[in-house]
Formats: sequence, structure tokens, C-alpha cells
Amino acid sequence: MEGQSVEELLAKAEQDEAEKLQRITVHKELELEFDLGNLLASDRNPPTGLRCAGPTPEAELRALARDNTQLLINQLWQLPTERVEETIVARLPEPTTRLPREKPLPRPRPLTRWQQFARLKGIRPKKKTNLVWDEVSSQWRRRWGYQRARDDTKEWLIEVPGNADPLEDQFAKRIQAKKERVAKNELNRLRNLARAHKMQLPSAAGLHPTGHQSKEELGRAMQVAKVSTASVGRFQERLPKEKAPRGSGKKRKFQPLFGDFAAEKKNQLELLRVMNSKKPQLDVTRATNKQMREEDQEEAAKRRKMSQKGKRKGGRQGPGGKRKGGPPSQGGKRRGGLGGKMNSGPPGLGNKRKGGQRPGGKRRK
Amino acid sequence: MRPLTEEETRVMFEKIAKYIGENLQLLVDRPDGTYCFRLHNDRVYYVSEKIMKLAANISGDKLVSLGTCFGKFTKTHKFRLHVTALDYLAPYAKYKVWIKPDGDDPG
Repeated sequence: MEGQSVEELLAKAEQDEAEKLQRITVHKELELEFDLGNLLASDRNPPTGLRCAGPTPEAELRALARDNTQLLINQLWQLPTERVEETIVARLPEPTTRLPREKPLPRPRPLTRWQQFARLKGIRPKKKTNLVWDEVSSQWRRRWGYQRARDDTKEWLIEVPGNADPLEDQFAKRIQAKKERVAKNELNRLRNLARAHKMQLPSAAGLHPTGHQSKEELGRAMQVAKVSTASVGRFQERLPKEKAPRGSGKKRKFQPLFGDFAAEKKNQLELLRVMNSKKPQLDVTRATNKQMREEDQEEAAKRRKMSQKGKRKGGRQGPGGKRKGGPPSQGGKRRGGLGGKMNSGPPGLGNKRKGGQRPGGKRRK
Repeated sequence: MRPLTEEETRVMFEKIAKYIGENLQLLVDRPDGTYCFRLHNDRVYYVSEKIMKLAANISGDKLVSLGTCFGKFTKTHKFRLHVTALDYLAPYAKYKVWIKPDGDDPG
């Protein structure tokens, strides 16, 4: 009995070993590509198992994931290990895949005050040596910074200048001046930084008059000022030689590329229908506007005539000859401009003409 | 690449309608797929929506052509129809002429 159980145990142990080995080793047609620095394994094998799995490939996906992870772990076990505080740790190699940027590229910073000035004046940085010969200590010292060449705060003997107060502490004065310079520099640095951060927004550069604006900034400020009137710059005159501003026309807006296909189709079909129909279409708004305009003109003409009649001595011919144009006809697009337009000139002005026309109506042939 | 504006569509349809008349609506509204007209560098292309979506991934200066070129808009915004549109216009043409193999030989 025991022998049997021992054999059984041994057999079982062997079986377990085999199983474990089987689980660890995974057979793949194409080897995976490993980027152990990123803990990445790329499997290039064609996913035939997944394709013939049907609508729910859950089990196959899980098996595939397990196999690939097993291969990755096998690779990790082959890395050189080291001991860090009582734990054995594998040292990962450098990552080979390049990951894309997490954040977008930084925007270019605006120029500092000095840079703007240097640009205006055309000042370019002069090349300077790093070390300067210092006579006092007779050695090469750096130009600025710690233990610099000519540090006037470190002098041990300062002559009191002739016009200064004899009781004034010259050393303290120099140290004070240095502190002020440092503080001023720091202030300017912070101001440049603040300007850089603020100007990441669409800039109101040049719109605040500082007296130090460049030509482009002034031009832009002038354009903005011109447009900031109640009529949005329509009645602002330009100087004699001033050129029109570029790019100030209305921006054309097009339909989006993938807009609603159904709506596009509908619009086109509607357009086709309108084109194909034989009758001219009635544009209601245009027709009503035209009618209203004609009525207004007729009323204006009548009123003018009444006032004319009142001024004249004796009765000349009454409200004059028949006018063309009667009641405006129905229908939309009129060709040849008949109708309201014919009586556009006020009849009262006929007095100035040569033949001394009578008030009222146009002369008919 | 952009869709045509109202004005451009009208001009183009007027030109095409001279050849195929009312059958133009069969080009606009097809039973076998959504086709659309797109303008690229002043040329009008008749392209299926699927291919247009793929072409949108190509930058404008590198895109040469897509679908079928029907014609182009000239500098003065008139529409000139190109022979490449023939394949689409021929089935719907109003007036057709058949020529026999030796029919155009006068002698």
C-alpha cells in the first residue's frame, strides 16, 4: 500500500512538473518583440484564433493575454538581478520605444524688455572671455559671480570723495547700492516672467501705451482704435498716404467637410427642383419690399406736389399728366425694371429745365 | 478640400443639366451609396463618402485627386466640365449618337 502511494506520489509530482513546464513554455510561430525598459511585448502573430472564435472571443482573448504575459515574465526572469534592501530586483534595460509627448509643445515666449530693446537698436551680444585678470589678487578671476575680479564691495580701503559727508559709511553705501541693484534685477526678471505667462493668452500687446512700442504694435493699436467706434470704423478717414489694412475683409465660412450628408443631399435636390421648374419662382420678400418702396415713393411724390401747388400763384395744370406705372403688378422678378423706378425724379424740380416744364409727371411722347 | 457653396453648386448644376437634364438628381441621390461633390484646388470631384473620409486624412497640399474629377471652376468662377465626367454622364445623357465601325469613313 505504501509503495503504491509512494509511486503514486512520485507520478503525481512528475505530472505536476510537466504541467508547470507546459504552462511556462508557450509556443508561438513568430517571436514576440520585447521592450523590457517599458515592460512592452508586441505580438506580431496573425490572430487566426480570434477570428474564428465568433461573436464572443472572451476565452480566446484571455488565453492569448495569459500566453503573452507568460512570455514577458519569462524574459524578465532572464534579466540581471541585484539586491536592494533584502529584495531581489531585476534591472531593466533602457527603453527602446519612443513614447509620444504627453503635453503639447511649449509656445514661444515673448521677448524680454532688454531683448526688445536690443532688437530695435540692432545690438548683438559681444563675445566675452570667461576669466579676467585681477590686479589686486594677481590671479585670473571670473567676470561676475563668486570671487569675481573687480568686486567693489570687497575693497578694504575706500577714500572718502571730496563732496561726500565725512561721517557717511562708504562701505555700507556700496553694500546698499549692491542690494538695490540685485533687487531691481530680480524685479525685472519676475516682470519678464509674468509677461511671458500672461502673453500666452491672445496678446493685448501694444494696446497699452508705454512709449516703448514697436512699429507693428503701434500699427495694430491704431487699427483696433479705428474699429472701436460706434459704426465699427466705417466713417473713419485715413491719412493721405495710409494704406488699407490687410486681411480685414469678411471671413468666408464654408460648410464643414463631413457635415450632414442627408441635409446636403436635400439642399441639392431642392436646388435642382427649383432649377427645373419652368415657372419663375416668386421671391416673396423681394416682392413685398419692392411694393413697399414703390408706395413710399408715390406718397413722397404726392406730398411734394401738394407743397409745390401751394407755393405757386394761380392754378397751373393740376396734378399733371398721367404717369406710367399705375398699380404695381403682381409677380416676382420683373425684367426691364418697370414699375416704381420710373418716377424716381421728383417732379418739382422741373422748373429749372429749359422748356419750363409744368409740374407733374414725365413728359410723354 | 471643402464642400461647394450654394452659388457654386448652382453654376455646376446648370452646366451639367445641359447634358443630362433632370437625370442630374440620379447623380445626387444614388441608391447604391452616398456620393458627394467636393472642391479641392478649384476642381470639383465626385466621390463616395467612404473614400472622402479616407482622403480627409491627407493634407491638402499633398492631396492630388480623389474620386472622379467632374470639372473645374475657372478664375472667373465659371464651371468647365471635363471629359473625365463622361463615365458618369453617359448613362443619363439626353441625346445619344451611335456610330457604326465604318460609319465615320466618308469614302
